[in-house]
Amino acid sequence: MSQLKYALFTGCTAKQSTPELLSSTLAIADKLGIEITILEEASCCGASHLQDFDEFLAHVLNARNICYAEKLGMTMITICNTCQLNSAMTKHALDTDPELKARVNEKLAEVGLEYKGTSEVKHFLYALIDEYGLDSIKDKVTVPLSHLNIAPFYGCHNIRPSELHGASNSGENPYNPTSLDQLIDALEGHPVDYAHKNKCCGFHVELQANHTSEVLAGNALLDAVDNNADIMVTPCPLCHLKMDTYQDDVGKVMGRDVELPVLHMPQMVALALGCTEKEIGLKFHVQKATQLYTTA
Amino acid sequence: MFTHKYKEITIKAFRFNAETDYLPYYKTYEMKVENHELILDLLNRIKWEHDGSFSYRRSCRHGICGSCSIKVNGKPVLACKENAWDMIDLFGDELIFDPQSKKRAIKDMIIDKKDFWDKHAAIKPFVVADVDPHPEHETKMSITQVEDFLDADYCIQCGNCHYACPALQANEEFFGPAAFAAAYRFTIDPRDEAGKERLEMTAEPAQGVWDCVKCFECAEACPKDVNPIEKITKLHNMQFEKNIAQRNVATKHAEGFVRSIKKHGFLDEADIVLYSEGPFGMHKHVKTAMKMLKAGKIHFTDALPFVDNVPKSKNLDEIKKLIEISQTNKLPKL
Repeated sequence: MSQLKYALFTGCTAKQSTPELLSSTLAIADKLGIEITILEEASCCGASHLQDFDEFLAHVLNARNICYAEKLGMTMITICNTCQLNSAMTKHALDTDPELKARVNEKLAEVGLEYKGTSEVKHFLYALIDEYGLDSIKDKVTVPLSHLNIAPFYGCHNIRPSELHGASNSGENPYNPTSLDQLIDALEGHPVDYAHKNKCCGFHVELQANHTSEVLAGNALLDAVDNNADIMVTPCPLCHLKMDTYQDDVGKVMGRDVELPVLHMPQMVALALGCTEKEIGLKFHVQKATQLYTTA
Repeated sequence: MFTHKYKEITIKAFRFNAETDYLPYYKTYEMKVENHELILDLLNRIKWEHDGSFSYRRSCRHGICGSCSIKVNGKPVLACKENAWDMIDLFGDELIFDPQSKKRAIKDMIIDKKDFWDKHAAIKPFVVADVDPHPEHETKMSITQVEDFLDADYCIQCGNCHYACPALQANEEFFGPAAFAAAYRFTIDPRDEAGKERLEMTAEPAQGVWDCVKCFECAEACPKDVNPIEKITKLHNMQFEKNIAQRNVATKHAEGFVRSIKKHGFLDEADIVLYSEGPFGMHKHVKTAMKMLKAGKIHFTDALPFVDNVPKSKNLDEIKKLIEISQTNKLPKL
């Protein structure tokens, strides 16, 4: 296999409240021999909120991000479902609507850039599975996760709308997604099957519809717990923030205490590949997770 | 090579009669299914070959009346449009048939859709206009004007998106994706005169578009590619374009992204909460902030206006310039 090289769009969260996501991503890329170039020029993807305010502006900014991956001639990988969706929506809109593409490029020309549509946009989870390969990952496992029941939480923006993601998420069935389950299997963990694994965490209405947000997160957390999960794992830092940081509040709304560590997908891989405690960064979790660190 | 012309499957169907049953239950039916059969054919076969009391709605069989929607293994489908083998490919040889909403079940697959129709009607899903009964010429529309609402016009009110929407399940006041798609369809219609009223309804907290959780379940559930969440985004934008947007935590949060990106390229996670909530709303977040501080997710200095810890995008000038020349919408002033 020739060496995989990706342009990494970190998103905002990995640079601020979830530093453990960035450090564990870089650590596993290093262990697996994947070359990562961080797109330091990239801006926020708008997280669907900028899109609500000014859809055109959001397209311009997302197109600019992709331009920098195109300059490197690389696939742009994301480590946040929401970054993935918003980047992919802009890419899809521009690649299928020449008039919009021209309008966006007219703006980009003012700063010397041009969106061409030559780079793919892919979430790191699917890059690992489709391009690196589960068998190759399996070969690198030094600390099997066989002691853990792991509840995969897929997060909406990686699996819906399936028509948009089709090419970049290997046609994941949004009603019965399997990628995270397969990854857990490859790391020798035990995937937990539960109904809410493909449901919404409520993050995006945390401020304006707090009750809705807590109920949605609570439904998923309690479902995982009731199916004997030891931990939850998610490819999305926004799902992580909702489920981890707000876990106590969610418990209050649901009338039950919840204690479930919620790991980022790369952290789980990093545990199994024997990355360092610092790289995995479990101390940055609100729900205590440091006990999960073990060495071979 | 010999290939089977049929597949042997098990159907687990939700059974419930609100008049006689205390609780619902599932009944199992074994069937050989041929490759041309639709989910509606399987519903018919349960009724015709197994149990005449099995109940479901059906009418046109041509994907236009919107009455035969159910859920197959959790996936909302229009039964007369969905090939059974496609579902077997997706979910294997055990298909689970559920009504669109278990809590609204009346008998087996039949649900009470009153909540759907009430919300749909409340949004005024028709062209509101003073029509001249004796017009001298037709009202002409450009192709672009028609294309603006054409895909939304394909809605057949099947309710798939409505009953797939988690925001509605947590908050009964919420209009839901079907009503919003209709609101968009008629508000964008050049003949219509009730746009302001509809946009005001969709701007209200709790019932309006700002409570949408962005899960894309509606886009996935729609059998006619209406893409309701795309229309919801358009309604959000139209509220600003028409200066109807309220100034509240949700709209400030949306607009706050521009403010943040202009300054840093990235979102300032602490500032966006401060800015959206305003000084009087911050007490709600103190406890969470303390927990995040303890875990090292945020830092004491983040809250200080004169300390800037936020990472900056390289070539920030480009971002500022692009915002300057591309921004079209504004947040209404106080």
